[in-house]
Amino acid sequence: MPLTGKPVKRPVPKGFWAGSYLPSVLKGMWITLRHMFRPKVTMQYPEEKWTMPERYRGLPALVRDEQERVKCVACFLCQYVCPPKAIHIEAQQIGTGIEKGPKVFDINMLRCIMCGYCEEVCPEEAIFLTKEYQTVGMSRDGLIYHKDRLLEMGGIRPDSTHKWGPLEKPRAAGQVAATAPTAVGGTR
Amino acid sequence: MSDIDRDLRDAEPWLLTTRIADYIAWGRKNSLWPMPMGLACCAIEMMAVVAPRYDIARFGAEAMRFSPRQADMMIVAGTVVKKMAPAVKRIYDQMPEPKWVIAMGACASTGGMFRSYAVTQGVDELIPVDVYIPGCPPRPEALIEAVMQIQRLIDARARAARGAEPAVPVEQARPKAASTPAEAPAARAAAGK
Repeated sequence: MPLTGKPVKRPVPKGFWAGSYLPSVLKGMWITLRHMFRPKVTMQYPEEKWTMPERYRGLPALVRDEQERVKCVACFLCQYVCPPKAIHIEAQQIGTGIEKGPKVFDINMLRCIMCGYCEEVCPEEAIFLTKEYQTVGMSRDGLIYHKDRLLEMGGIRPDSTHKWGPLEKPRAAGQVAATAPTAVGGTR
Repeated sequence: MSDIDRDLRDAEPWLLTTRIADYIAWGRKNSLWPMPMGLACCAIEMMAVVAPRYDIARFGAEAMRFSPRQADMMIVAGTVVKKMAPAVKRIYDQMPEPKWVIAMGACASTGGMFRSYAVTQGVDELIPVDVYIPGCPPRPEALIEAVMQIQRLIDARARAARGAEPAVPVEQARPKAASTPAEAPAARAAAGK
């Protein structure tokens, strides 16, 4: 088969000076020297940290309302919508005997992909994604967060959605979007 | 305070004394050469950790060794499919002791959203994992945290060998080793049976 195409010639430095490769070495060292005086880009991580964007999606957490009541009503919507099935809920009767609340609310953080579907689907605005992004664990069990831990991470988040008691004002379209970006407690 | 400690306190101030075990642990924890087991998108974040912005060279773990014989720490970054499982197991076996494993991200830790017969439900079914990182993928900071956690583990183990408390508290004890081949089908597959 005849050779097609034309191979490139290997560039050979001509003359004694270029053939000593010293110009190439000096050129490289000059670039290195120039970089020494450029601004440093390294973030000294444990001491220095990013400021996370307002809507950064980190680990999910449960929130309480202003009166420190658990907002979750155990409707199982987040458990249903969760793509990796990271959420496990068991419901119980609370208060009057008609209302429902979570008895068990576990999130397997190692399954969680921080997609935010749970936050999006929640009718009571009880689950939110925090800005927590630097968690590591030594065991699988240690990274299954239970209800108490999740509520502690979430903290108190005042808003106009109340399961028990009247709303301050009727929820208008766009109000959800207006309240959603407020900071969630327990973030860094 | 033991007699040795009292003797050391009275030594010359310019004299730096240590124990062999502490000295070895100090060397180990500051030169953790990683074996990058990049299998999916987590590997991109792992590359970011080596890049100038995060620069894991600050922790002495920048020398990515693509030969397991020269590596101390395996970073399993990504989805371990059943077809890859024997290779992961083999590469781990080829690493010289002492060795550590980081399961980076949801897939490597538990299988993540791939609840499928084709995916290993956590790399700890194959090899013992020291540190798990949640996230999909985790931020580079989380991987740095995991490396720091392994450094604390090394230090704590050296101190525990002589009955001392760790300098920095380690959250929990080391997790149980990988399940036996009889329990884990993936490990059985890895063993080539």
